[in-house]
Amino acid sequence: MEEVDTAVGRLEQTTLAPVLRTSRLYYVWVVFLLAVIAWGVYAYSVQFRDGLVVTGMRDRISWGLYITTFVFFIGISHAGTLISAILRVTQAEWRTPVTRLAEFITVVALVCGAMFVLVDLGRPDRAINVIRYGRWQSPIIWDMISITTYLTASIVYLGLPMIPDLALFRDRLKGHAPRWRVWVYRVGAVGWRGESSQKRSLAAAIMVMMILIIPIAVSVHTVVSWIFAMTLRVPWNSTIFGAFFVAGAIYSGIAMLIIVIAILRRVYHLEEYITQKHFVYLGFMLAAFAVIMMYGNISEYLTTGYKIDDAEEFHFRQLFMGQFAGFYWYYFVGGLVVPGLLVLCPWTRNIAGMVVASGLAVIAMWVERYFIVVAGLRVPLLSYEPSNYAPTWVELSIVAAGFALFALLITVIVKIFPILAVWEIAENLEAEAVSPIGERTPTESALQPAGGSS
Amino acid sequence: MAQGSDGQEYASTRSGPSGSHRVGRRGVMGLISLGAVAMSPLGILPPLLRRGAGRDAHHLGGKPAVAPNGRIRQWSMIIDLRNCDGCQSKQTAPLCTTACIEGHFAPEPMEWIQVFEAELPGGGTQFLPTPCQHCQNAPCNNVCPVGATFTTPEGTVLIDQNRCIGCRICMAACPYDRRFFNWGKAPSPPESHLAHYDMEHQIPTKKGTVMKCDFCPDMARAGVLPYCAQGCPNRAIYFGDLEEDLATNGKDVVAISRFLSENQAYRQKEDLGTRPRVYYIAGHGEAIGRDAFTRGRKPTRWPWVERVKGARTWKR
Repeated sequence: MEEVDTAVGRLEQTTLAPVLRTSRLYYVWVVFLLAVIAWGVYAYSVQFRDGLVVTGMRDRISWGLYITTFVFFIGISHAGTLISAILRVTQAEWRTPVTRLAEFITVVALVCGAMFVLVDLGRPDRAINVIRYGRWQSPIIWDMISITTYLTASIVYLGLPMIPDLALFRDRLKGHAPRWRVWVYRVGAVGWRGESSQKRSLAAAIMVMMILIIPIAVSVHTVVSWIFAMTLRVPWNSTIFGAFFVAGAIYSGIAMLIIVIAILRRVYHLEEYITQKHFVYLGFMLAAFAVIMMYGNISEYLTTGYKIDDAEEFHFRQLFMGQFAGFYWYYFVGGLVVPGLLVLCPWTRNIAGMVVASGLAVIAMWVERYFIVVAGLRVPLLSYEPSNYAPTWVELSIVAAGFALFALLITVIVKIFPILAVWEIAENLEAEAVSPIGERTPTESALQPAGGSS
Repeated sequence: MAQGSDGQEYASTRSGPSGSHRVGRRGVMGLISLGAVAMSPLGILPPLLRRGAGRDAHHLGGKPAVAPNGRIRQWSMIIDLRNCDGCQSKQTAPLCTTACIEGHFAPEPMEWIQVFEAELPGGGTQFLPTPCQHCQNAPCNNVCPVGATFTTPEGTVLIDQNRCIGCRICMAACPYDRRFFNWGKAPSPPESHLAHYDMEHQIPTKKGTVMKCDFCPDMARAGVLPYCAQGCPNRAIYFGDLEEDLATNGKDVVAISRFLSENQAYRQKEDLGTRPRVYYIAGHGEAIGRDAFTRGRKPTRWPWVERVKGARTWKR
């Protein structure tokens, strides 16, 4: 028992460290992100004043970077659900050190994604009309309902397992942190004192939420795909769009999670808890979804390409050989095949390899959304010359600001809230300590692939 | 089990309003159902908001026109391609487009009725004046999140530019490329400021909203043909009422059912099931002496935009 206690003590120390100590680099980073966001706000003010004419979008390619980034961020938000809910349902114990971070990513990505819909509106001043006159026959309303539901559910699902950890922060940080923060912890901890009745209620609530959130998450990206699939555009006229978007969402979500935990592990010294094992396990999931994505691509393009009609032929030419060929082949080879190989190959199945695979995958998924939106709209509907789309500085600035906001929100959240699920990791530690064949610490795991850490 | 030590680990050190709050599974379920009850106003809220605002119904310019048999008129257009040469013989931009642009003050690059040149199987071309098809199963109406685009009792598809939020999903949904966005603040001629905004003529334009051909229902009600039909020098455009089964190009009056049936009429992209109100009679201007192999037409111009000083527009 002595050893477990010190392990738990170290765990608490590690979790409290980001809240108690702030390096100068942190401020430099935050100021940098704020500067990017400020530039984006200026770009938006120009767009608000002059209208969407300052973007590269026009009548024929009427959606561009904003909708691309919206779909991308909603996809990233699937990190939390998958890692947390699905792994919780399947009782995969290794998940505990990464669940909290996954849930942070979900909430933050949803906020950033929803923002891009507003940025894309021609009349943001009338956004309230969606509630005043909302017609539930419209895919946009389905989107609004499912995204707000998912956001609410994600916040609840983030908050519930955090209650015991907030209670820990409440008790440990009293007098060491600003008063408003202690107030946040006290409110968030909702009177948690670790009683067994409270534990039972918490377990029941988490159980309900983890089951509920899976269908909600699946519905969200399905409905996002239906914004496209419910129109009469040939490249979007696909029955697998919903499933394909969900798979892509989970794929990009896993990849983003790997990148975020790699950074935070280094910055906040979480090496004891987030080990190579976590990267490799997440890498296996990444590879599995890469294969599903490849299957989806082949299934969709072969069935339409075999019977190729005029519009499909135009689309295939621009996608595989023309203007978008670079994007497409980077996506398929660099974004699906290479990450899969990096996971499969034992020499690269380490932290560095998984981070590279994830970086490639995240970029590829943004690129995929870009060519789905832009190339899909580019196919001519009548006999006219196809238009072209080139984003302007306004669009690029606002998208950069969106990514900066994502990074900033993650940066700030991990400074305020417990970065690890302390109580769940502690439970695992204790379970291991009492089990006759358990390992001493979670660092020595059953699976230790070749290659050093990082 | 290690429950005891765990409990100590997280027990608060200060004594507060100590909780023997027992929230069991039943309590959690109760909370969830309470939440569900709390969500129920969501369905009631929008209608209440609308009533409060008093803007539920779209205010149309006038009452729907009524045919002699008492039924509401169903506006319809027939374009006889045998009489359309894209105004090649007149050496001008297509005059239907020009008349529409001048009548509606449609800003550049909007061509609510646009004359496309389409390839014929033998290598020649035909000209296809294409207004909004006023589909009776309109994909744009279906996807609009706020009901800003809708079908009137007369069967025309209109847009309420005071309600449109500019999401542009209708532009993605339209299979005929017939929707135009006010990407910026469009120029407006002095005359347009005298007009009282109405969705039946869409003057003045509103930044950040969608526009398109409105079928000129206000004019039809007053017994005047739409601008495009008036502008066509070869009288290729017929406009009329399906209910009374009559249409005219300003010179001849035809019985629509007979005219369509006897001249192999068709509708664009009929297989999509959009059920357009615009019919075409196949041809390539042969009735007015156009050779199918004479390609090209004069580019469209926006005469009124040229008259407005410092007008800034955008490309299509």
